[in-house]
Parts: sequence; structure tokens; C-alpha cells
Amino acid sequence: MSIQQWFYALPLRLRSLFRRKQADQDLKDELRDHLELEIAQNLSRGMSPEDSRSSAVRDLGGVTQIEERCREARGVSSIQDFFQDLRYGVRQLRRSPGFSVLAILCLTLGIGANATVFSWVEGLLLRPYPLVAHQERLVALTGTTPDSENPETSWPDLLEIQRSCTLIDSVIASKITGATLSIGDHADVTTGSIVSANYFDAIGVRPMLGRGFQPGEDSGRNAHPIAVISYRLWKDRFNGDPEIIGKTQRFSNVVFTIVGVAPEGFFGTFVGRAMNFWVPASMEEAFEGGGYKLDDRGARWVEGYVRLKPGVTRQQAQQEISTVASRLEAVYPATNRGHGLQLWPLWETPFNHASTLRPTLEIMVAVAAFVFLIACANVSNLLLVRSFARRQEMTVRLAIGAGRGRLLKQLLTEGLLLSTFGAAGGMLVAYWCRHALALLLTLYLPGEMDSRVLALSAGVCLIATLLVGLVPAFQARHVDLASALRAESTGVVGARGAAWLRSSLVVLQVCLSFVLLVGAGLLIKSLHEVRTASPGFSTSKVLDTSAPLVAAGYDAPRAKVFQDQLMDRVRSLPGVESAGYGRVTPLGYIPFSETPIAVDGYIPSPGEQPTVEYNQVSPAYFPTLGIAITSGREFTRDDDENAPLVAIVNRTMAARYWRGKDPVGQRLQVKGKWAQVVGVAADSKYESMSESPRPFFYVPLRQDFDREPELYIRTAQPPQTIVAALTREVRALDANLALYETITLQEQVDRSTSTQLVAVTLVGILGGLALLLASVGLYGLMSYAVSQSTRELGLRMALGAGVFNVLRMVISRGLTLTAAGILAGIATAFALTRLLGGYLYHVNPRDPLAFGSGLAVMMITAVAACLLPAWRAARTDPARALRD
Amino acid sequence: MSKPSDLVQGTLDMLILKILALEPLNGWAVGQRLKQISGGMLQVSDGSLYPALHKLEQQGWIRAEWKSSVNNRRAKFYSLTRIGRKQLEKESASWNSLSAAISGIVNLKEAST
Repeated sequence: MSIQQWFYALPLRLRSLFRRKQADQDLKDELRDHLELEIAQNLSRGMSPEDSRSSAVRDLGGVTQIEERCREARGVSSIQDFFQDLRYGVRQLRRSPGFSVLAILCLTLGIGANATVFSWVEGLLLRPYPLVAHQERLVALTGTTPDSENPETSWPDLLEIQRSCTLIDSVIASKITGATLSIGDHADVTTGSIVSANYFDAIGVRPMLGRGFQPGEDSGRNAHPIAVISYRLWKDRFNGDPEIIGKTQRFSNVVFTIVGVAPEGFFGTFVGRAMNFWVPASMEEAFEGGGYKLDDRGARWVEGYVRLKPGVTRQQAQQEISTVASRLEAVYPATNRGHGLQLWPLWETPFNHASTLRPTLEIMVAVAAFVFLIACANVSNLLLVRSFARRQEMTVRLAIGAGRGRLLKQLLTEGLLLSTFGAAGGMLVAYWCRHALALLLTLYLPGEMDSRVLALSAGVCLIATLLVGLVPAFQARHVDLASALRAESTGVVGARGAAWLRSSLVVLQVCLSFVLLVGAGLLIKSLHEVRTASPGFSTSKVLDTSAPLVAAGYDAPRAKVFQDQLMDRVRSLPGVESAGYGRVTPLGYIPFSETPIAVDGYIPSPGEQPTVEYNQVSPAYFPTLGIAITSGREFTRDDDENAPLVAIVNRTMAARYWRGKDPVGQRLQVKGKWAQVVGVAADSKYESMSESPRPFFYVPLRQDFDREPELYIRTAQPPQTIVAALTREVRALDANLALYETITLQEQVDRSTSTQLVAVTLVGILGGLALLLASVGLYGLMSYAVSQSTRELGLRMALGAGVFNVLRMVISRGLTLTAAGILAGIATAFALTRLLGGYLYHVNPRDPLAFGSGLAVMMITAVAACLLPAWRAARTDPARALRD
Repeated sequence: MSKPSDLVQGTLDMLILKILALEPLNGWAVGQRLKQISGGMLQVSDGSLYPALHKLEQQGWIRAEWKSSVNNRRAKFYSLTRIGRKQLEKESASWNSLSAAISGIVNLKEAST
């Protein structure tokens, strides 16, 4: 219709919608007028009064039909029908509350699972940073090296990108760091970000108090000791002091002036942790040590993000940035040869927890979709049962002239009603569960329920409506008037013509649940393998902690003294068997050092530059962690900065570079200097539990010094006792120092496999749900079949079938369906579990144990689900069944 | 109450518009006029007339008003709107060209065989 037409029609439509009574009355009046005029005319033609009236009525035809057709002509009848259907649907739901609750519960679970998982995906991967504007244009920036290690970039390179790239709005640096924060006598370690001065402007976050950073505040060595603090830090540690701006606070022994407080709900730009403070890049050295790096193109420490200009794709920006990177390589070969720059979508950000969470979330998306399908199949089945019960009603409605389209609308409306309730419930589930992942992972994750989660749930709800509404509608198509007039209760277990649809829905449910069971089984087995595999070092009796010496301003000589003094004190604590330092804890987030090596007699193949990771460890590191020295000796206090360089290699390294000869006494070139190999250590796990044995070596901490190594303590004492004693000893040495967290190495191992644990837990929970839903479906089908075939059962029993026969008959019918579902499930699982391959450790995706236990669980559940209906069938009273 | 199956759908609409273009009328009078003008050739039942009138009203081509009629009774009168008039012109034009084409074909001389 044209706009002009709407000008006339809209008031009419609104009137017929909202003043329906008035419109109907007008119509009645109009038709009455017509009759009167016609009668008058007939009279004037000399007809008798009776004939005049009957002739006029005959000519006009059925008034009700005309009224109906006029109402249709008003064009709003479909809306009215909808409300009518809605009212009717609500009445239907209230009439059978058991059915309604069950159906809504199923949909709540199905939709809730999807909404929850999507809110995680949304909150962690797609738009992970609350309050940050235009996250869809934000991409992560890292450097690349030929061996893909150390993916950071340097400050001068960052500035170069800012200067020469035309496709990007802004580049921001955002590097996670930690600081000791002492307020009063309470000191602890808190996380924050080292950022570029454009940070707050570029991400569109305005501090709620004070200001952000101004241009130029990210240059000059230690030139701008200013900080913006988080809302939570402000509330918790400064008691929401309204006069906070301009006050000073010590972060890691440097006095900072607080210039701003970030708004509530802003947690920075690091997936998995909430930031508590932000400082400009000019202060980097105060937190990370290692000299002033802002002028050093070779110092790669910057992590950051790039905001693309609107309409620019990541690929286009990548091309431009790669051009910049190659130019930098050409101009600064000394620092930049082999170094590139790379952009990542936020969900692949390598320097935060996004990349570790992604596989888990991928599994969850698939699993939630499965649960959703199972739930829909269940509700469809319930509706089908009801549509049989409502056959009579449908028939009557068809007989008195309802169109089949109208019936379809009615059924869809009822489906919509159910799925809307389900979606509302699902949103509640998602609301409660959005923080569950954060709790499970002991990470900080801002779960957000934003419009996109709502939109997705609405979409899912719509799909559910179609799925659950259309199946009974499909069935209703077959209602035929003649046969429906016959009273019918003459069914036979499993032999009803229309039952195939319901049976195939149950088969589908069994199939999907079986796939989930197998998946859960595989993941559980994999987790078990990972957790029981030995990491190659002791885990239970060894504690791991460290003190933030760098942040506290210790230089190397002071740190050496502190470390020696602390070590002496720790060794003399009661219950301590041994203690040692190591720069990097295995299986943690911090990367090991890495160096090109050379070995006498080992000739690398062309193009090969042997590069090996290593750790800097103190004397007693090996006995403390329980790593065996299989040949030669371990490091001693004599292996210090003045002694000849030495190294201990692991067995894999010895085998690869010395071809099985004992390397003790041989030379190894580390960072361009020759060291003598003095020992061989047993292999262990270094970066992840699922890695295969790899070359690795150790050098003495004193010969490659680090101010902030981890401290390992082997003790049979409970951790709390040691922590209390340790804190006392640290305080005795430096009253301003707090310890970082103390954990056992077992916890370290557990953390490294925590995402697997979460995946297993969630898949387990959802797999259990799916199993429950499928058994409800099976139970429903069998109960219905039994209730529909009492006559047949009665007949059989009258003819001499025993209780056992009846039981067997019902159960075997259920098990036939289950078996069909399992067969389909095995085929599906065979095809799908391959996709799990990457998540599995030492487990074949077609592991017979996982398939076998899936089969067993499914069968047992099926028997349990059939038992009650079968029992009811067996208690059929033949006399009554035949009489009724 | 047979449907005007012999009337091409839309033709009834055009006829109603044409009748209302002459003067505003109530529903009954439109029916009377239809019978008169077509000399009984077009059998439009009153049952189809009212839905057609309501549809035209919904499309904005005619407008309804409750007015007093000659014998001082309130009655619903239909009249043509401005866009209704345009619609009538359009439909008349296309009807004329269509009927010209059809009569051209119908009047073709059959070749003698």
C-alpha cells in the first residue's frame, strides 16, 4: 500500500483493532439498514410484509458470514486470531499443568544452555571488555618471530604503526603487570596495565573522577609517575575517598599520583583478569625492570590492540601493517630482521586467556546445541501425545469449518507460548550461570547479558517454536474427519501407524545423548590420563612462591643478597627438607628463556637453527623438585658468576645432540658463549602436560641472573604453616615485602589442566541433562503406548501371557528404539569425535572404553525408563481391560 | 448468495468505484445501482457487496460516513477519495485497453476452410 493509502486506512485499522465492538456494531447497523431499505422497496412493489422480509433476508444471505468476510476485509483479523489462539493456548496449558511444566522445563534447559554458552562466548571472546566502545573494530597486535616465540613488539615499532598506517584509528599498548600495593600496614600484590597515553581516549572510557592520560605522558624515562585506579580499588582500598585525585600512592616502591578513577564496570582489556590500575608506558621500567625500553627497538615487551577504521577488514589492515613490518626490517636489520607484526581477532588474542578458553567454549557451543535439539524433540513428543488426546477437538474444529491453516496457526501459537516461557526461564538460567565459568576457572570473567544474548535467545526460541509446533501440526494434517468419528482405544504396543514419528523422535534423542555420553567419556578419560600422568617432578610435597623484588626496586646485587639470606632462613625452618630457586615454574604461563645453541660434532641440516628452551635454577633445585640427575652432577654454590659457565641438559637433548653419547664434559654454546655440560637430568613436562618429550637444559641462576625467581620448598608440613613462617622471614628481611601466592606444584599442574577440567565438568553436566531428557522422552513414549493398548494387553493376558511376558514385551520395544538410537549414535559419534582429537591427551577419539561405557549407561537408563510403564502394563487387569 | 464468479476479480471493485464517482451512496443503493446499470446482466449478490465495500475502504479508495438520509435516518454513505479517483482512472484505462484487445480478437474473421 502506498503512503497515501495508509493515510486513509490506518485510522480504520486501529479502530477495528482497538474499538472492535464499535466497528462490529457499525457493521450490524449497516446490514440492518440494508434489510430495512430492501423491505421497504419490496413493500412498495406490493409484496406482503412477510414476503418482503423473507425475500430481503434471502437476497442478502447469511448475515454472520457477511460479517465474518467484512471483518477479514479489515485486514486485522489475523492479529485478533492470534490473541484468540494465545488465550486458548494459555487455557490449554493451564488445563494440563503437568505437561506444561515438563515442556517448559525442557525448553528452559535447552534454551538456557544455549543462552549461557553464548553469553560466555560473547563475554569472553566477542566483546570481552565491558564499557569499551566499538569492540567489533578492535583487534589484538603482536609481533612475530621466525620461531613464533616471544610474540611481543617494541615501543618504537608501535609508534611506527601509529604514524604510518592509514587504515587504523589508533594503536594502544596494554601490558599486564603486577605491583605491590601497601596501604597502611597491609601490603598485597595487585594487577594492572602499562598503557599508552591514548589508552582511555582510544577505547572510549572516561574516568569517573579526574582524568585519563594526556599525549606525551607515555614518553620520558620515569617521567610521569601518575596512575588511574579501578573503581573497585578506589572503593575497597581507599574507601571511596572523594578527594582521591591528586593523592599519592606507592606502587612497587615508586610514588605515583592518582589522577583518575575508572568508571564502575570497567575492568581493563585483559581476558581473565580484572585490572586495578593503569600507568603510562613511561613508567614501564618501574614495574618490569631491565632498563628503559621506550627507545630500544630490540626490546620487545609491548602487547596491545589496534582499532580499525570503520569498514576496514582485519586482512586489509594486516597487509598494511605487514608492509610497515618489512620496511622496518629493511631499515633496522639489527633489531628487526625476521620480525613481523600480526593482527588477531579478539577471540584469538595470544597474550591473554582468550586462546585457552576458546577450545572449551567451542565444545560447549556444540554440546549446548545438542541439548537444545534433545529438549525440542522431547517437547515435540509431549505435544504429539497431546495432539492425539486432542484429536477429537481438532476434528470438531475442522468439521465446523476451521481451515487447516487456522489449526496450524493455533498449534504454532501454542508452541510459541511454550518456547517463550522456556526462553524466559532460559534467560534466568543464563543469568545465574554466567559467572559459573569464572568460578570454575578461578579467573575473572565479566559475564554480560547484553542485547545480543537476548537476540540469540529470541532466535533460539523461534527455532524451538517451529520445531515443537510443526511436528504436531504435521501430525494434525492426517486428521481425517471420517475415521475420527470412530471411538478408538484399540492400539497395539508399538504397532500404531502414526507412532513412527514419535518413535523416530525418541531414536533421535537417544542418538544425540549417546554422542554426548561418548564425548563426555572421551574427555573424562583424557583428563584422567593428563592428571595421572607424571609431570616428571614431584608435585605433592613441593610449595612454590616468590617475592616481588623487581617491583620493590631491588637491583641485581641487592636481590642476590636477599635471595641468599632468604634461602638460609628457609632451609633452617623446621620441616623443610630442601629448597631452591628457578626462574620459571613448569606448566605456568610465563615462557622459558630460549637460545640458539651449537654443539661440537652436531652438524645442523641446512636451514636448521637449533633453538632450545632453558631454565635458570639454583643449587638444590633438582632434589627439591625431585628431578633425577642421571649422569654427572647438579649445580652447586660454586657455579656462580665468577666460575666457568656450566649447563645441565635433559635426556632428550643428550640423545638428540650427542647421539646417545654421554654429554658430560662436552661443550654447549648458549647465547653465543660456550658452557660445559656437567650433568644430565631426567625429562619432565615443561609447558603442558600433553607435550611430547623435548630437548631442554638448565643453567645456574647466578650465571644468568634473574631478580625474581620462584622459590620452591620441599616439606611435609602443611602449606599454611610454611606460609606463615615464610612471611615472617620475608618481613624480617624487608618489612615492605609481601609474598605472591603460595601454591603446591600439584595445584600448578591442576591449573595447567583446568580448562580441560572445566570442559569435562560442563560436558558431563550437560551430557547428564541430555540423558535425563532422553529417558524422560523414552518413558513418555512407553507410558503412552501402554496406556493406549490396555485392551491388547488385557487380551494377551487373558489368553495366558504371564507378567514376565508382558514386561518383556514392553521393555523389548523400548530397547529396540534405544538400540536403533545407539546405532545411529555410534555412526554419528564415529564421525564427530574426530573433531575432539585436538582436545584429547593419549586417548583415541574412537576409544572403545568410551563407546562401551556410553552404550552401557544408555542401555541401563533405557531399561530404567521402560520399567515403570512395563510394570504398569503387567498389572493390567484383563477382565477390566476387555470390559472397558 | 453466489459469488460473482463470472465477474473478473477486481472488476467489481472498478464498478463500485465508478458508481461512487457519480455520487455518494449507501451500500443498499450501490447494489441497486449495479443492478439497474447493468440491466441485470451482472448478478452481484448483496452478500459480496459489503465485503467488497469494506475492502475498498481499507485500501483508502473510498471513505464511509454516517449521514442522515432523505427520510431523516442515519445511514452509512460511501464516497470516493482522491486516490480512489486516481485508482478508478487507472483501472478504467487498463479495462479499456484490455476490452479493446479482447474484442479485437473475438471479432477476428475466421478463415474459411
